[in-house]
Amino acid sequence: MSVPEELHYTPEHEWVALSGTSASVGITDHAQRQLGDVVYVSVPAPGTKVTAGEPCGEIESTKSVSDIYSPVDGEVSEVNPEIDDDPGLVNSDPYGAGWLFKVALDGNGDEQPGLLTAAEYAALTEESE
Amino acid sequence: MTDSAVRSPRRTPLTGVHERLGAALTDFAGWQMPLRYGSETAEHTAVRSAAGLFDLSHMGELFVTGPQAAAALDYALVGNLSALQPGRARYTMICAADGGVLDDLIVYRLADGEFLVVANAANAGTVFAELTRRAEGYQAAVDDRTADYALIAIQGPRAAAILAPLTSADLGQVKYYASYPASVAGRETLLARTGYTGEDGFELFARSADAEHLWTALSAAGQDHGLIPAGLAARDTLRLEAGMPLYGNELGPDLTPYDAGLGRVVRLDKAGDFVGREALAQRADSPPARQLAGLEGQSRRVPRHGYAVLWDGEPCGSVTSGAPSPTLGVPIAMAYVRPDVARAAASGEAGRAGQLAIDIRGRAEPARLVPLPFYRRPA
Repeated sequence: MSVPEELHYTPEHEWVALSGTSASVGITDHAQRQLGDVVYVSVPAPGTKVTAGEPCGEIESTKSVSDIYSPVDGEVSEVNPEIDDDPGLVNSDPYGAGWLFKVALDGNGDEQPGLLTAAEYAALTEESE
Repeated sequence: MTDSAVRSPRRTPLTGVHERLGAALTDFAGWQMPLRYGSETAEHTAVRSAAGLFDLSHMGELFVTGPQAAAALDYALVGNLSALQPGRARYTMICAADGGVLDDLIVYRLADGEFLVVANAANAGTVFAELTRRAEGYQAAVDDRTADYALIAIQGPRAAAILAPLTSADLGQVKYYASYPASVAGRETLLARTGYTGEDGFELFARSADAEHLWTALSAAGQDHGLIPAGLAARDTLRLEAGMPLYGNELGPDLTPYDAGLGRVVRLDKAGDFVGREALAQRADSPPARQLAGLEGQSRRVPRHGYAVLWDGEPCGSVTSGAPSPTLGVPIAMAYVRPDVARAAASGEAGRAGQLAIDIRGRAEPARLVPLPFYRRPA
């Protein structure tokens, strides 16, 4: 299972890439493995305000549906234009082409409370396996 | 994503094989079973277009033997098992005295006085206990031989072509719902033309010790035909597309066979009493309170077990099984709905579209009533 070092994580299995005042969000390799084949992703439209820890979308797989939780506070600035036509990107490349949306952060990218480091997230998922 | 309970589920004779194949294993009815090996959609598609290999060793194998085995089963089950020819199989059910379904079964008559009753894993204990109790007073013995048997299914349009070189049995002579003792890859099996996918295919009952040899031989023989191993996730979407009921979803102790549209399995015309006869006879003559219906979602959000079905915004039923259909590319569901709603939705489709909906996590998503099954294999 892949847990890239440079990313931050939530206990709900999202990853977030912080870059200045912007953040990219997706779901982790662990999450996509648990879900199985992703068939539909609903993400908040650009302009939507999102709040850290609150559900802001949903992800449907063959066997189940899960909420997507925003890892950060801010406003959605962009959504992955490929994901609607090809939700399987979440399975094939969860940290790359399978990204879900970007957020213009309310605060500074360096001050995001509640996020986990790669090591913390890896420890969390090991416990659950 | 919840953590699995801390207890050790039973392993099948093939669990080690699944682990080596890198399968995602899941605890299913107390057994450690492969959920998927890779992509469950690819596994589903392989069964529709080529073939899939399934480990079904969790299913219960119960033997009923003795000179009065047929009479005992006629009393214990809703079907007419004494009319079954040796070598043939039948889909039937075991009901409680109130007509509620305790399990759906496939019964194979192996000889005049020998029957193999295949029960769902979750119900095998109940079925064994009920058969034992109901066979009292008959010259018939009931044995649970689940641990002695592996069950491997090969399903799909290429199944016969893959199996043929491995067996001396003439597969062209093996009819649907028939079984033959046959040597496969040098091992003794009971070879049956049955399945739960909506495709042609075979199920092989074999000694547990032979399971891995058979799995390996079938895998090798199927390689050039596009055969891949398939898990329970694919099995569930395959049976749903084929409109086949799953116990715990479409069938249960608070439902009769008539509710599920399977009243034909209840043989009220057979001689003698059977458990549930009185209640079922009554039920056969009364208007149904609910009807099993097929629904097709009009959005991409997926109906799931337990979601409410709405008619003009009011609850009129409940989804029993739902999934994104890999073959049709749209969400599909089976649901119990009020019969008047099923009639209205079927007849008044034009101009009334959108009135039938499914409450998907708080939002009404339009749905369309469609005939079952969702998928029928090309003739």
